[in-house]
Amino acid sequence: MLTLDRVSKVYHVGAFGGKTLTAVREVSFTVAPGEVVSLIGESGSGKSTIGKMILRLIGINGGTITFGDTNVATLRGDALRDYYHEVQGVFQDPFSSCNPIFKVDHIFSLIRGIYFRALSGAEWRAKVAGALEAVSLDSGQVLHKYPHQLSGGQLQRLLVARALLLDTKFLVADEIISMLDASTRIDVLNLLGDLKARGLGILFITHDLSLGNYISEKTVILRRGRVVEMGQTSKVFSNPTHPYTRMLIASVPQLHKRWGNESIVDAGPCRVHAASPSGSAGSALLVEVEPDHSVACFRIDEGVPC
Amino acid sequence: MSLQVNDLRVYYRTLAGDVKALDGVTFEIADGEIMGLAGESGCGKTTLGNSLVRLDGRMKLVGGTVTLDGVSLPIADFDEMRHFRYRDISIIPQYAMSALNPTRKIGKMIGELVESRDVRYREIRPELERRLSLVGLGVDVLERYPIELSGGMKQRMVMVVSTLLDPSLLIADEITSALDVSSQKAVAQALQSFRDHKFVRSMIVVTHDVSILYQIADTLAVMYAGRLAEKAATDVMMERARHPYTRLLIASLPEVGVRYDETRLSGIPGTPPSLLNPPTGCRFRDRCPLAIEKCAEEPPFVEVEPGHSVACWRSAEVAAAGDAMTVGAVSAVGDAAIATVANRTVA
Repeated sequence: MLTLDRVSKVYHVGAFGGKTLTAVREVSFTVAPGEVVSLIGESGSGKSTIGKMILRLIGINGGTITFGDTNVATLRGDALRDYYHEVQGVFQDPFSSCNPIFKVDHIFSLIRGIYFRALSGAEWRAKVAGALEAVSLDSGQVLHKYPHQLSGGQLQRLLVARALLLDTKFLVADEIISMLDASTRIDVLNLLGDLKARGLGILFITHDLSLGNYISEKTVILRRGRVVEMGQTSKVFSNPTHPYTRMLIASVPQLHKRWGNESIVDAGPCRVHAASPSGSAGSALLVEVEPDHSVACFRIDEGVPC
Repeated sequence: MSLQVNDLRVYYRTLAGDVKALDGVTFEIADGEIMGLAGESGCGKTTLGNSLVRLDGRMKLVGGTVTLDGVSLPIADFDEMRHFRYRDISIIPQYAMSALNPTRKIGKMIGELVESRDVRYREIRPELERRLSLVGLGVDVLERYPIELSGGMKQRMVMVVSTLLDPSLLIADEITSALDVSSQKAVAQALQSFRDHKFVRSMIVVTHDVSILYQIADTLAVMYAGRLAEKAATDVMMERARHPYTRLLIASLPEVGVRYDETRLSGIPGTPPSLLNPPTGCRFRDRCPLAIEKCAEEPPFVEVEPGHSVACWRSAEVAAAGDAMTVGAVSAVGDAAIATVANRTVA
């Protein structure tokens, strides 16, 4: 459904934009309908940048993103509006995603003004009630309230409902539960599970490996803008091959199992770069190590555990 | 006994009335103990940490006593507390990343800080360097400005600064929340090594992340709506928790290895009560699957076995279920909770 083909993003930084920073380098993956793909990486790995490029909030510097048959980068005007009809995003902080001076029903009616002018009032209300029901919110309780009167979990579900009002086929969920409390975050996560059963494709962006493991079919591990390992979630987690992935999985705090004494790979240059024939300038290519599981590592051929 | 807190009540004064952020909290921390303090946002865990160090203008001490190493702390008296702050009781604040003065080189800032406590910077400098190397920082960071350090480095820097005078009690407030998993592990393990090196005698680690606490804490305290729900040794808490809230909270955490397709976890329905006018009786009552009429009375925080205290009328029933309880059974309690709440809404 959504395909990224060697997508890159270069930011201009510094006082006059004189320096460049490559946030995403030649990232390729696909998301199928009814599939949750989790994009996992530490801060600065470019995971949110990918989400923003898919949503066309920022431009694309290299490669192509295609949704269905359309190239996302070339959309303008009405075509872009139609694209947003099917592709929506939900972000980390629910409170800053809502205009605080509008009540919830007004936030929803902004969508009606753009996409559903033809609907009658009764039809619109039924549609809103349906979307709220899908995220298990009671429309009588939330519609007449301001965003600050709702809890973070309620508001986050509300934003998912807002995305569902449109005929959404693809959802970018960027760290949507990291601000929520433990007792409510799992409900929002289960909601994503229900949506995927309805055929939505979801890109679940997170830094939390246990959440990605819980919900997704496919995992993409990003490091410094590059994919280091990707594949079926169960394979990536049961057989992590890249040293970076192994370090990430070993550092996740778990219940019922204490941390071992493995040394932590420092945040400096990748250890595998030392084995690169062309020095740190080159980059390893993604190689399939088993069906539906690829790794980018220089020493993969040698069979040496890094 | 290192720290004893007895019936501590701290309210926030607001125009709408008093917000009862701490409403009768009683616990003890032994020498060398790392106590993890967990709870949802707004349950009062940060207030508990802050009130032991510094009550700001909005906070009002309503009752209770705090004793550190046999000395009663004058926590309501801002000026008297100055003798204890930093030297005996120290804090790593929630936003430690912005706790460093951006206009000073780090070494100079530390110098000013220790001189204000009548300690010569020149004398303490070798110890400072030793501790920096312990957390993996070079001496050269002292000549740098905070902006030149990464988040994880700043966090470790603040840890060293906060514990430089070997305080008896250290409060670490959400210090791992803003970090990546790899630096999270480094910081958490550094906390533990500080205790092992006797830089600090005991510690309260405040966080919403129970799995971090499981890694480093000796005992775990769970707070709910301004009160302690349960406190016990970490392993006891994981295996034989006696408060339904603790049970449900632990059961709702996804772990590496738990998959949506195989095991559906469930959250705790409902939201915590407002602390402006908290309900009488057990505050978890409305969300609790085991609530009975007696829960309208306030449950006392009692010791049910040595080192294990709980505030629940039905702790015996929870414990009885506990012996046979597996992960599946815990989520069965969760399903029951949803059913109960659903029925209540229909009724």
